[in-house]
Amino acid sequence: MTRCIRRAGVLCLLLLLALLVHTARLQLFTGAELTDSSANRRTAITRYAQPRGEILVDGRPVTGSRDTGELLRYERTYTDGPLYAPVTGYASQQYGTTLLEAAEDGVLSGTDPGLAPLPLWNDLTGGRSPGGKVATTIKAAVQKAAYEGLAGRKGAVAALEPVSGRVLALVSSPSYDPGRLSGTGPAAAGAWQQLTRAADEPMLNRAIRQTYPPGSAFKVVTAAAALDAGTVTDPDAPTRSPDPYTLPGSEKQLSNEVEGCADASLRYAFQWSCNTVFAGLGVRVGLDGMVAAAERFGFNDRGLRIPSRVAPSTFATGMDEAQLALSSIGQYDTRATPLQMASVAAAVAAGGSVRPPRLVEGTTTGSGSPVWTGGPPGYRQVMNPGTASVLRQLMRDVVEDGTGTNAAIEGAEVGGKTGTAQHGVGNAGVPYAWFISWARDEEAIEPAVAVAVVVEDEEARREAISGGGTAAPIARAVMEAALGR
Amino acid sequence: MTGTTTGPTTGPPPRPVTPGPGLRGPAADGPSRRGTEFFLLLVAVLLSVSGYLTVGLTLHGTPPPDTLRYAAGLGALALLAHGAVRLTAPYADPLLLPIAVLLNGMGLVLIHRLDQETPHDQAAGSQLVWSTAGAALFILVVLLVRDHRVLRRYTFLSVAAALTLMVLPVFFPPVNGARIWIRFGGFSFQPAEFAKVLLAVFFAGHLAAGLAVLRDSGRKVWGVRLPTGRALGPVAAVWLLSVGVLVLERDLGTSLLFFGLFVVMLYVATGWTGWITVGLLLAGAGAWAVGRLEPHVHARVTDWLHPLASIEAGEGSSQLAQSLFAFASGGLFGTGLGAGHSVLIGFAAKSDFILATAGEELGWAGLAALFVLYGLLVERGFRCGLALEDPFGRLLATGLASIVALQVFVIAGGVTGLIPLTGMAMPFLAQGGSSVVTNWVIVALLIRLSDSARRQAPALAEADR
Repeated sequence: MTRCIRRAGVLCLLLLLALLVHTARLQLFTGAELTDSSANRRTAITRYAQPRGEILVDGRPVTGSRDTGELLRYERTYTDGPLYAPVTGYASQQYGTTLLEAAEDGVLSGTDPGLAPLPLWNDLTGGRSPGGKVATTIKAAVQKAAYEGLAGRKGAVAALEPVSGRVLALVSSPSYDPGRLSGTGPAAAGAWQQLTRAADEPMLNRAIRQTYPPGSAFKVVTAAAALDAGTVTDPDAPTRSPDPYTLPGSEKQLSNEVEGCADASLRYAFQWSCNTVFAGLGVRVGLDGMVAAAERFGFNDRGLRIPSRVAPSTFATGMDEAQLALSSIGQYDTRATPLQMASVAAAVAAGGSVRPPRLVEGTTTGSGSPVWTGGPPGYRQVMNPGTASVLRQLMRDVVEDGTGTNAAIEGAEVGGKTGTAQHGVGNAGVPYAWFISWARDEEAIEPAVAVAVVVEDEEARREAISGGGTAAPIARAVMEAALGR
Repeated sequence: MTGTTTGPTTGPPPRPVTPGPGLRGPAADGPSRRGTEFFLLLVAVLLSVSGYLTVGLTLHGTPPPDTLRYAAGLGALALLAHGAVRLTAPYADPLLLPIAVLLNGMGLVLIHRLDQETPHDQAAGSQLVWSTAGAALFILVVLLVRDHRVLRRYTFLSVAAALTLMVLPVFFPPVNGARIWIRFGGFSFQPAEFAKVLLAVFFAGHLAAGLAVLRDSGRKVWGVRLPTGRALGPVAAVWLLSVGVLVLERDLGTSLLFFGLFVVMLYVATGWTGWITVGLLLAGAGAWAVGRLEPHVHARVTDWLHPLASIEAGEGSSQLAQSLFAFASGGLFGTGLGAGHSVLIGFAAKSDFILATAGEELGWAGLAALFVLYGLLVERGFRCGLALEDPFGRLLATGLASIVALQVFVIAGGVTGLIPLTGMAMPFLAQGGSSVVTNWVIVALLIRLSDSARRQAPALAEADR
């Protein structure tokens, strides 16, 4: 019996040993299917156990955190939700994050290794740093001017500091309060339903995630291409352009809404927006030259992040001459985000070379020590300095005595370009009104702001909507704010 | 003993007690080790109290307001039990009581910790009451049962009581799919918990009485001695009983435990390895059949094979999945008491799944410590079975130690996904009055058995072969 008791004892202890080995495997060599399972709420609990870091505008937070006392403890709040929604995006416990909230999530949620006092500190302690701060390049006054300028009409404004690429304003209208989506309750679910189904798409970030046909505003790019390629050497010389212009290889004729475009000079054609002249110039520059110029301005860039992802603006690369002619006046498949068109104005204002646009000035830890500072990324040569200086003059003419006189500001050098883009089947849609411009205080060396405004308002009468009439006053307000007036 | 007395008897033990330096005589060898026990008890109480403090400090930043009450309660409980042992079982194994107190104390800490997450469902208070009742019963058993051989007289009474207890829940409404509860008034208990001790007593008595028959009768076929029908009868009966429990009460765990207990004791009594094979085959067949036929049991098996399947199917996570998440997040040292989220397991987090909280907050290191404590308890039980010389005592010690080992394996294996999950209480740790009281009785019996074992002269310890 003794031997049997011993064996039974060994068997029982083997069972306990099996438990030891099994739990060691389970706890020390855990598979990702357990830690990363969607049903394992520990990740979410840890994430929301501390207040989320703040997003700053002019050094002041435009975000906050609310202690709910629930399992997912802290919820995101926004001080001016609709105003800054295209900048911040939302940070929802249920629907994830977007825009800056997504792009800078590591810093804001405290997982960024740069927040830790020592390398690998959080890995060793199993802890999480307090949320860091993200300082944006947005200027509150410029942002507000743009938001109030749109006044709820469908559209968007993007404003840049031309030389540095700092984004001064990103406004999309109509907007929404991202704070409504923060929590997990039925209120957030209801808000999500309502916002995602709303006909006017308030959650669409029209400033960087929506592309529009740029229409005549694109003529800046075509003019730059023509000047750079030597197709036009003297802006005041006749351009040998017929009016109306017959699209190559077709019967279709292109006409103008203004007089005097036949054989007009580049200056006149730019000032009064002659479609016939620019269609012809585009064709004469050729497909390769036009594509190269557009891409130097930033078109067809599929990887742009500011650090929020920006929808690529497009200029088609395979076209016949008729399509190229239309593309050169910002129609056909040419599409651009408002941010892209602001970059076009900025490139002219800054003398032909730009830095990529950026929205983040720098990030710091919760207590303020720097984590990352937005260093100057490399310049990109967009056009020859000479071309830029001719274009500056052309754009000034538009504001001084052309289609964009509504944008003039006393005491400042202002250049602009209007655009009224046809769209829809048979161009039946209410046209989009564009205005792109830049402004320099007469006292200052460098231009203060480049801005792009687009208004798509289906309520407006067709003839009333135009770049100069609808969009230019908004651009002026934005530029005045940037100039500090 | 001859063939004239074959079944269990209620008369005096058929084997006379060995004369000489007898069980009741003064100890001839070694110190009593009560001092060691006292010191270890002190350590056990201090460890538990520091766990209690940690919970309060982590969750609320202050020590729990009733820390003193908890410390005093656990200390008094340990002290009284120690007094009873010192008085009537001075040569008992000094490890048994401290292990019981430490496990019970840690159980209270874990339940108190989970209480902090469920403000409307406080369990630590009543668990402390049950622990006190358990300790009282411990003292009662140690005081009243001065010689374990007395229990042989109650072999029949034990099995009758055990059967009654196990059949009773069939007449009560099922709770969460299993008919294992009896409820009256505000109280509820699981009779199967008590039944297992009674069954161990019955098996020990029955097998000790029929030892010769089991060993020596029966025909030999191909050199293997087959048991006779008379010996096989009770085996079949117990097998039917455990399957009956399984089918009627949908309690796979208890069924496994009973059957495993019986197989181990039968093997120890007869020395025939074949019993293990037969037992495993029968248990396997029974479990397979019921697993196929009973949807409740079948679901448990499916869940064990694919614990994350319900998540992938978009039906939310099973308790087992949540339990695995808890263990996985524990790592080596755990999150620390009070810093985990095992409450996400939901229902039964404080009872069947209590080990998940230990796994998450104390880590693998803490789990290993717990398993070593259980291992020591089991090992001490078997050691006492080896040291005793009367077959009844040897079988009883073996049976009680096996109960602890099997129960730990079945429930710990279940919540960690090693074997299909069956509802059972982790001895001493889990919330549940019947369980904690029963475990105190098991430890009381082991104390009594170990006292007897160490009183015997070393020369006689190996006499019975």
